[in-house]
Parts: sequence; C-alpha cells; structure tokens
Amino acid sequence: MARKAYLGVDVGSVSTNLVLLSEEGEVIEKLYLRTRGEPIAVIQRGMRMLATAFSGVDVAGVGTTGSGRRLAAVILGADCVKNEITAHAVASARFVPEVRTVIEIGGQDSKIIILRDGMVLDFAMNTVCAAGTGSFLDQQAARLGVPIERFGELALTSKTPVRIAGRCAVFAESDMIHKQQMGHRIEDIVAGLCEALVRNYLSNVGKGKDIRPPVVFQGGVAANAGMRAAFEKALGTAVAVPEHYNVMGAIGAALLAMEEMECRNEPSRFRGLQALDMDYSASSFECRGCPNLCEVVNIKMGREVIARWGSRCGRWDCL
Amino acid sequence: MKVTFAHMGNLYITVKALLEDLGVEVVVPPMPSKRTLSIGSRHSPEFACLPLKVNIGNYIEALELGADTIAMAGGVGPCRFGLYGEVQREILKGLGYEFDMVIIDPPQGRLRRVLQQVGRLVGRNSVGRYLRAVRLAWAKMTAVDELEKLAQRVRPFESRRGEASAALERALRLVDEASSIAGVKGALEDGREALLDVKAPGGGAHSAPRIGVVGEVYVVLEPFVNFDVERRLGEMGVLVERSIYIGDWVREHVFKDLLRLRKGRRPYDLAKPYLCHFVGGHGIETVGHTVEYAHRRFDGVIQLAPFTCMPEIVAQDVLPSVSRDMGIPVMTLIFDEHSSDAGVLTRLEAFVDLVERSRSRRDAM
Repeated sequence: MARKAYLGVDVGSVSTNLVLLSEEGEVIEKLYLRTRGEPIAVIQRGMRMLATAFSGVDVAGVGTTGSGRRLAAVILGADCVKNEITAHAVASARFVPEVRTVIEIGGQDSKIIILRDGMVLDFAMNTVCAAGTGSFLDQQAARLGVPIERFGELALTSKTPVRIAGRCAVFAESDMIHKQQMGHRIEDIVAGLCEALVRNYLSNVGKGKDIRPPVVFQGGVAANAGMRAAFEKALGTAVAVPEHYNVMGAIGAALLAMEEMECRNEPSRFRGLQALDMDYSASSFECRGCPNLCEVVNIKMGREVIARWGSRCGRWDCL
Repeated sequence: MKVTFAHMGNLYITVKALLEDLGVEVVVPPMPSKRTLSIGSRHSPEFACLPLKVNIGNYIEALELGADTIAMAGGVGPCRFGLYGEVQREILKGLGYEFDMVIIDPPQGRLRRVLQQVGRLVGRNSVGRYLRAVRLAWAKMTAVDELEKLAQRVRPFESRRGEASAALERALRLVDEASSIAGVKGALEDGREALLDVKAPGGGAHSAPRIGVVGEVYVVLEPFVNFDVERRLGEMGVLVERSIYIGDWVREHVFKDLLRLRKGRRPYDLAKPYLCHFVGGHGIETVGHTVEYAHRRFDGVIQLAPFTCMPEIVAQDVLPSVSRDMGIPVMTLIFDEHSSDAGVLTRLEAFVDLVERSRSRRDAM
C-alpha cells in the first residue's frame, strides 16, 4: 500500500512553493518556483515536476496558502485554504517547538508572529511600509552585479557597515548610489543595506511586539546571511533559520490539511494529476450593477466556469 | 431647498425621516461606492483622514442629483473632524458648486444656538410637529440598531451564506419606507422574524467566538470603508459586537449634550489605568471598551481607524498593554483609499484563526 502524504502549496507574488509531506511531518519533496505573474501555469508545471514523487504516495489531503490560495484551491481541489500567517506559524512551531518569535520576510510581504507555548498570541504584517524587502534585495544585487546568493556573504565580510537611509526603498537606493560615489567599499554598503532593512522591519512591522528568543527567521530573505547577522546584531540574540526556510508556508498548509483531514470523515477533494492537463484560464469583466464597478474574475476549466470571485456585494460569488 | 448630508452606516434612515417630517426635501446621496471614494479622494488633501474624503464624494454625488444645501455636524476638541465642515465648504466652493452649508455644532448645553442652526434648515414649525418628527426618527433609529444587533447575533449560524445580510437589508428598507410609528413597529417585527428564520436548524447550539469591534466611530459604522468587517467576521462564524451603535452615538453626543447631562462615565473609568487624558475623538472610548470586552470574556478585539487618525493612534499605542494585562488578543486595522480587500481579508482570517485556536486550547484544558 502506498504511504499517505499531504500536499501543501503556497502561491505568493514572487514564488510558488509546493511541498509533499509524509504523515510523520517529514518533507518528502519540495519545490521553490518563480511565480512570474502566471500562478496557474506555475502550479501546473510544479505538479508535473512532482509527478514521480506522487506515484509512490497516496495524497490524503491538500492545503493551500498565500495570496493565490483561492486560485490554487480551485485548481487542485484543496481540502483546506488558509491565510499565510497561520500557515507560517504552524510550520515554524512544528520545526522549533519552543519558538516565541517568527520573522518572516518574503518577496513582497513581511510579517512577525509572536507565539507562546506553540500558540499564536499576536501578529503583524507590513502595512504602509516594509513591503517588498525580498524584491528590493534582488534588484540591488542585480544593480551591483552581485549574484543574490552571494549578497549575504559579501555583507558578512564588512567590518565597517555604512549607514544607509532605509526608510523607503527609493531613498535607500539613491543613498546607496551616493555612498558608492563617495568611494565606500561595496561590502560595507551591502552590509549597511541589510542593517537598514532590519531597522525598517523592526520599526514598521515589529513595532510594539514583544520579541523574545528563540527567534526563527524564515521566508526567501532568510537565505541572506547578511540579513540574519543584522537581525542578530539588532536584537542581541541568536536567530535560527530552519532547514526548509523558503517553503515554510507550503509546509504549514500541508500540516493544516493534515489537521483538517484528521477530523473529517471524507476523502480528499484532490483533483489528481489528470485534472492538471485540463486547460485552465482566467478572464475578468467589470460588473456594471452598481458604481463599485467590481472586477469579477472567472476561472474556467475547459469551457466550464469553476470559480468566480471579486464582487463586493457577493452577487457573482455563487455559480 | 433640497438638503443632503453625508453617509455614516444606516444613519441616513433616521436623518431622512427627521428632515422629511419637518417638511424639508431631502436628497440622500447614493450609497458610498468606489466612485464616491475616487471622486472624494481626488478633491481632498492627501493627508486628510478617510471620513473627509468619503464625505466630499457623498456631497458631490448628491449635488449632481440636485441638492443645494448640505447639513454637516461640527465638532470640538483635538480631532480634526471639527474643522471638516469648513474645509469641505471651501473645497466644494473651489470646485464651483453653488450650495448653502449648514454646520451644526455640538450643543454643549446651548440649546438656542442649535435651534438657530436647525431653523436655517427646516424653517418655522410648531412644537407639536417637531415632537412628532423627533419621535418617528427616534423609533426608526432604535429599530435600525435593534435589527443590526440581531443580524450580528444570527449571522454566524445562518443556514446559507449571505442570508442574514439579505434579510437585514430587506428589513431596513421597510423601516426606511415606514411613515408612522406603527409602521416602524410592524417593519421591526417582520424583520425580527425574517432574521430569526435564517438560523440553521440546530444553529446556535455550538458556541461561536466573540469579537468586539472598537475604534473611530465613522470607520466602525460605515461598512463601505471598513470592507464590511462586521459581515465578513459574521460569515466566518464569529459573533460580532460593536462598541458603538447609531442610537448610542446620538444619545451621547446630541441629547446628553443638549440637556447638559453628565455623559456615561463607564468607558472613561475603565480606560483610566491606561489612558486618563482626553485625546479627542473616541480614543478613550476605544481603550475603555477594549477593557470592557476583556471583562466580559470576549475572545478578541479589533480596532478600526482611519489612516492618520490621531486619537486612534494614541489608543493603538496603549492597547498592547491592555492586551497583555487582560490577556485578550487585539488587532488594529487602518483604512484609507489605498486599503486593499485582500490585505484586510488575510488579516481578519489570521485573527479569527488565532482566536479560535486559543479558544480550543482553553476548552481542552
């Protein structure tokens, strides 16, 4: 008999992650893909890449999370659709049971989650600022001609970080250019940028939160050793990066699906791999029913509309 | 003379009844929509808070429909709202609209001044007619509050999603259309029955988490600007209670002021250990009501505020200590014209998860 496994999918603005989790919570297979503005295509591609892994297991539950959670849920036939804050908290508590603070920085979103005894006590997500930290680091690495994978190491070689004005990405960039032209060394500028982004995170997202160790740092940006070092310096405590730091949302979604299926007496709604070969498309129209002029989105499988959302009044929500 | 006024939740039902009964022709602005907000924010200073922007949109849409007089509440104290009547007049004049603006300041015991201002709107009327108009408007206001409260109580248990909101909307329309006190009573009775009918069989047997909504009055009462938090939470299975209903607001700010009665002290007393200084707007009430919800063993509190609202920012800074001391989760949502639906929804979902998980842990113990 094939062993049971749970599929977790996290569709974010920058990356789409898929994880296959064993019943014991072990990661069987994981994928980190770029969304590139095409969530449907990337989900299909990811599922095909997992095809061999699927052949050995029986998918007992599917969970989705991230900003594309509803879309992914419709396409895959998910059993559990959860927001990314809950998913990240659940995954983090699974890998570091005594965790009390989770710092999560992805391509677009930054969040902080405060846990006590494995329970979420408080959380915050970037509101007016501190968004797009991952994308900004990407962009600066490209501008400086440093591969993003080496960006963090480069920061670690600095002994005298330069202070970068980091309130806003636009000003941070012009300040970086200014410091370069003053003749500062590139590693000092890169280290200064990490410190500026950490300062910005702590004063915008982490403000007023009771940050206590153990601190776990996850999300794509956690790969950056410079950012991790800057957090350790600012918080005065060790910051742990879990092994699967960049797919924690997907792991959380899989764990939540497992939890959901344990108390539900019916088989998974998973559409299976065959369903992925169907032709999915999204189209939208402007509803003229009232001055809200909502953009209503139709998700079609072949010629059949399988989901629809977007209206404020809810008149288009049911099929 | 065609009088208009800004929207604030279902307040229009009461104001319209009052003015029409006094023989004034009323133009109710279209319900706030994306159009209202985009017109309003185009013509408002960027750093003004959301109420001003939506009000401007309401007025322009009403002026387009032929209104020529705007009634607006004034205010006192550190909150900018008191200045908004004047600012709005200037903005609209600058855009070339021709209209008369009547700003009704809070009475603070000076009845004659209020009557003068009201007189500019409604002309001369007999005392009997005033009394009749006030009684009908009062009946409508009470009915609206009662229906809204009932909808909040049945929504988490409705058998089909959206049914409670649809029943509420129908009932409110009947209250709005009623032309006598008996008519209002009938509408209320029908609405009550319709709302109780939406409960699923056995619904209400399981307990739902309870979340209190506090914050700045306009954003709390106007579903368009707060992305329908109340309905959204209800449909996620949460029992919602607001710290303020229109009736309370009128009683506190109009009648007690008019009669120079001492205002209700309770929220102020409860807030005292955390905030004992008047900060304008509803800052103290926000803190006081949060303490009260904690005392009543609510599972969480959500604070709503317009972006840059000073009184609510003060309260927001105080709330983490209330949350820590009383062990009640608190989340703040701040709104402006840039707020997005997806962002609000994600935070609401995460907060409800937080609340439910801590509840199930508590029940297990």
